[in-house]
Amino acid sequence: MKTILSAAIAAAVGVSAFATTASAQDTLAAIKDRGQILCGVGTGTSPGFAFPDDEGVWTGVDADVCYAISAAIFGEKGNVKFIPTTSKERFTALQSGEVDLLSRTTTWTFSRDNNLGFDFHGVNFYDGQGFMVRKDLGVGSALDLSGASVCVTTGTTTELNLTDFSRANNLGISPVVFENAEETKNAYLAGRCDAYTTDKSGLASIRAVLPVPADHVVLPETISKEPLGPVSRHGDNNWGDIIRWSLNTMIIAEELGVTSANVDDLKSNSENPEIRRMLGVEGEYGAQLGLPADFAYQIIKQVGNFEESYERNVGVNTPLGLPRGINALWTEGGILYAPPFR
Amino acid sequence: MAETTAHHIPKPDREPPGSYVGVRGWIMQNLLSSPLNVFMTLLGIVFLWYSVPPLLNWLIFNATISGDTRDNCIGTGGACWVFVKIRFNQFMYGFYPSEEQWRINLTFAVLFIGMLPLMFWDSKLFRGFRYKRELAVFLLFIFPFLAGFMFYGGVFGMPVVETSQWGGLFLTLIIAITGIVASLPLGVLLALGRRSNMPVIKMLCIGFIELVRAVPLITVLFMASVMIPLFLPEGVNFNKLVRALIAVALFSAAYSAETIRGGLQSIPKGQYEAAASMGLSYWKMMGLVVMPQALKAVIPGIVSGFIGLFKDTTLVLIIGLFDVLNIVRAASQDPKWFGLAVEGYAFTAILFFVFCFGMSQYSIFLEKKLHTGH
Repeated sequence: MKTILSAAIAAAVGVSAFATTASAQDTLAAIKDRGQILCGVGTGTSPGFAFPDDEGVWTGVDADVCYAISAAIFGEKGNVKFIPTTSKERFTALQSGEVDLLSRTTTWTFSRDNNLGFDFHGVNFYDGQGFMVRKDLGVGSALDLSGASVCVTTGTTTELNLTDFSRANNLGISPVVFENAEETKNAYLAGRCDAYTTDKSGLASIRAVLPVPADHVVLPETISKEPLGPVSRHGDNNWGDIIRWSLNTMIIAEELGVTSANVDDLKSNSENPEIRRMLGVEGEYGAQLGLPADFAYQIIKQVGNFEESYERNVGVNTPLGLPRGINALWTEGGILYAPPFR
Repeated sequence: MAETTAHHIPKPDREPPGSYVGVRGWIMQNLLSSPLNVFMTLLGIVFLWYSVPPLLNWLIFNATISGDTRDNCIGTGGACWVFVKIRFNQFMYGFYPSEEQWRINLTFAVLFIGMLPLMFWDSKLFRGFRYKRELAVFLLFIFPFLAGFMFYGGVFGMPVVETSQWGGLFLTLIIAITGIVASLPLGVLLALGRRSNMPVIKMLCIGFIELVRAVPLITVLFMASVMIPLFLPEGVNFNKLVRALIAVALFSAAYSAETIRGGLQSIPKGQYEAAASMGLSYWKMMGLVVMPQALKAVIPGIVSGFIGLFKDTTLVLIIGLFDVLNIVRAASQDPKWFGLAVEGYAFTAILFFVFCFGMSQYSIFLEKKLHTGH
């Protein structure tokens, strides 16, 4: 009995050496204390959003959000510990404090915002469900898909959206349902159906791996709203503000034409009052968040503005080749709009 | 007087007919002995003709290995091993920093060298080595802690490498070896407990074994990674890897226990009684008489369990750990390497085959050495 007891104690001591404790209330203080942001990302399943590159460095637009926050807090973008989470365990990881925030292609919905006790802090990618068809079909719009058969993965909101879209427009689309994305893709390739439907970013990555990508076109319509953005727990508003304004800074920087290349020059020479406020030359804006005065400068210098991050990871010159579309600035036909830096 | 004896000189044996010897004979007897077999042989040839050359062409002859981008592979029609070559380090070590990888190499080298005398105990090379018992004790009870320190760091000026950076084949081996090493002794104890006469211990062992065997490993892992954090106070987290290791070890222990119990039941009652009549205590009876026979009898079952466990380690991908399969999958999602998932999976398949085939060959070697087939 004695040996069992001592073994149990030894095991408990050994295990507790691996346990980490973090203060629940003041996330910023905990992060500064720890010297690292715990950033929940995907398991490398979303190309262009968060995946390890050849050197094992996390890359993508979701990863850039965490790099930006690290640059804002520490003046150094590298103080991020990426924690891969699956789509099932991501919310537990956030609720239990295993991560400080999730930046993981998470759709902002009513119930996630309220029922799960989370706060969304803006949108870093406006996704939405779309269609892909073979070019020789000669279809130019999703509304032309009358009577078409469409390959779709079962058990997802994608399937429900498709039915809704078909009913709303009286198209009589017949869904051809498959168990997983790989099967769906193969069925589409084999000519089992006329069109393929899923989120547009997903369509782009699937199109990129098709034998002849140019033979397939993604139709312009978007039939559902999937705003993806960073999430944190309820109850720490300052931490939420830091996430929100790190993302906003990238968007405002694009709006004002501030890039990682010209930020140094603009910091010393710009006469634009908003740029001067943002880069910490005028006013005390960083202190209001509990951050250094030059936090926005560090974000732009080290990570870049929104456009740089987008074009580097998912833009038209990457294999994903996603045009800006609705992810363009409000001044350029998109819906990207950040409150002013004032 | 000349007496002549008629000696019977037999003619020399005639050569067997051509259809019974040599290559032709083998073919006639094994491949073409009946119309059905002729048909099956033809079918086999057609199958091989259509499957093997394209496979070899894809794997080897048309494959590309030189260069360092995907563009080197376009239009060859073969496998693009460039992807695996560039990512090889990541597939082996995960995100472990490259300047610290010597720690993994050194630890596994020590483990490998240390295991040789135990695995091939009566080969000429190791017959004279007299400290096998000490070596086994060291490897089982001291080495795991040394290895943990080597991998995790934080002592002797070695920088800490968080477990979240562990990955690839390295992580797969850690999970598999931990599961294998922990499951055998735990399995022996559980099997003995289940056959024990003490009701409480018996109930506990039966309860544990049946509970664990009644749920899939994937559920245990989910429990460990999704439920446990919710029970703990907010902000207190057990390391994900430790959770997975405990889950895998307990899970495989329950299965080993049942395999070993099968061995225990195959030992005739006379053996127990003989040992008892010699005045051996319970533990001596088990350790000296019963267990050696029981374990010998169930080697194939135990090794099957180990091979299954080795393959089951890939399930940790559902809790976000980057074992070798998961890291290959993640790498193939890099837009730079789009569409090369098949090469990654082929590479993983070869790796798993090497390890699993190695284990099954060793078990056959072990059976021959121990003459278990009475």
